[in-house]
Amino acid sequence: MYIRQISVFLENTTGSLHSMTRLLGEHGVDLIALSIADSDSFGVLRCVAHSGELDRAMEALREAGYTARVSDVICACVPDQPGGLSRVLGLLDQGGISIEYIYSFVRNTGVDALLIFKLDDPEKGAMLFAENGIRMLSQEQVDSL
Amino acid sequence: MTGKRAHKIWDPAMECMSRDERHALQGRRLREVVRRVYDNVPVYRARMDAKGVKPEDIRTADDIVLLPFTEKTDLRDNFPYGLFAAPKSEIVRIQGSSGTTGKPIVVGYTKNDVDVWTQLMARALTAAGGGRDDIIQVCYGYGLFTGGLGAHQGATEIGAMVIPMSSGNTQRQIMMMREMGATMLCCTPSYATHLGETIREMGLEPGKDIHLKAGCFGAEPWTEEMRQKLEELLGIDACDLYGLTEIAGPGVAFECLEKDGMHVNEDHVMLEIIDPVTEKPVPEGQSGEMVFTTISKEGMPMLRYRTHDISSITTSPCACGRTTLRLGRLTGRTDDMLVIRGVNVFPSQIESVLVGIRGVAPHYLLVVDRVKSADVLEVQVEMTEDMFSDTVAHIVELEKKISGQIKSVVGIQAKIKLVAPRSIPRSEGKAKRVIDHRKL
Repeated sequence: MYIRQISVFLENTTGSLHSMTRLLGEHGVDLIALSIADSDSFGVLRCVAHSGELDRAMEALREAGYTARVSDVICACVPDQPGGLSRVLGLLDQGGISIEYIYSFVRNTGVDALLIFKLDDPEKGAMLFAENGIRMLSQEQVDSL
Repeated sequence: MTGKRAHKIWDPAMECMSRDERHALQGRRLREVVRRVYDNVPVYRARMDAKGVKPEDIRTADDIVLLPFTEKTDLRDNFPYGLFAAPKSEIVRIQGSSGTTGKPIVVGYTKNDVDVWTQLMARALTAAGGGRDDIIQVCYGYGLFTGGLGAHQGATEIGAMVIPMSSGNTQRQIMMMREMGATMLCCTPSYATHLGETIREMGLEPGKDIHLKAGCFGAEPWTEEMRQKLEELLGIDACDLYGLTEIAGPGVAFECLEKDGMHVNEDHVMLEIIDPVTEKPVPEGQSGEMVFTTISKEGMPMLRYRTHDISSITTSPCACGRTTLRLGRLTGRTDDMLVIRGVNVFPSQIESVLVGIRGVAPHYLLVVDRVKSADVLEVQVEMTEDMFSDTVAHIVELEKKISGQIKSVVGIQAKIKLVAPRSIPRSEGKAKRVIDHRKL
């Protein structure tokens, strides 16, 4: 139900994102989803990698002195058509579930857009999705993308 | 290492006298010492003349504020004999410090001065539980440095058995400690920690192989956390000890087993806490610079000697029965102090806020700048994994928490800047904590 996401603390300075992504590139880590949130002084990069590369990525980051952590998020398939996202968000709204953040995948499956959800009540959110026929990808399925 | 216990007091008449009585005694002694330096030390006479103060203007202890200050540079400038108030034939001892920059400083003691210093250390060792049945291992250095001889004299005075090890050679220290059955230890807190760690590494067990019960640790500032660590490592009561060569040596102030601030030997020294900028006294409990005046010294008295050490005092009664002022922990040096929007800010205050917040590492940098003629303080804090969250709002919340606590402790608004781990330079010795970009 959940997939693993890496988040990394970045200072808001020129080149910091570049050097971090270069590091992951050098360690052969392929980023299949990515988003950046920022305040005026720092940023948080969130990304999804294949599970086989996750440990390597975390090790490389920590060794290079980054603050990073792994957390669980939901990867949901949202119909790639007008109103598709709105319907999904409506379900969460009705269920009283807040979204901490969402971002979309670089790749998609063709018919569906893939979205990452971080919810304040992930268990309830996942149940809602399941009940309403919104497909969620497992880590295995993400790995095979 | 806690719990109620009987407090031993070396000199109850002097240590437990009423504050009024002591104030009167201080007045009498201050008058005498001012007269002595005015008559015998040209430097002091010139300073007092320049301020328009005559010895007869000093009537009570409160008149101390009329006197000129003395600085460490005065000791260097008048090296070696310029500040002596007694003829060389009366001087029986020289102590001093090597001085990391240029000329050393030296201090001369008459026979009486050495006796007084001995009494101060006897009081300190007694307060830490010491007595004639104790075996006291002194691993402060012996020599010009006052630590070794000061502790030695005091330990001898209380009738303890002294092991004068001096500093260094940890293996031998531990061998002697073990074989002789030392019960008390006198050294710096950092060396005591090193001894404790080595003892553990050697597989020795305090209580079984090592029989220490207490220690008097001084000559460098240390924290409450360090005390806990030391007490656990060695199975002892660890008491703080303060002193400086210019005033006497170790024993100027000492902790009793209540471990609730150091008792100042006020019958021999007067302590003022001043605002280092305005030079006015600060209210009790507030941090400021410690200024000492020796009121019984003959060889080389000091008038209002500025230590540049920051601490605070309390006059509240101590459970041990002593009636002296008590000194809080030393929290830094005035050399590190910043004046931001008219408020005195010590890096140690910021540090205390940071270490009190879960997950925050004690690596920080204060950056002060002047933007549109207003001072701006930025506190750089390293982002640790414990603080980090994948949600920006949580991190912003943490920033607010840090700045809110700094505001409540220091009284000014600081901008918190979270920086990458290990990006703040580490240093082996004194950490660089402040960058001041203001052009004043």
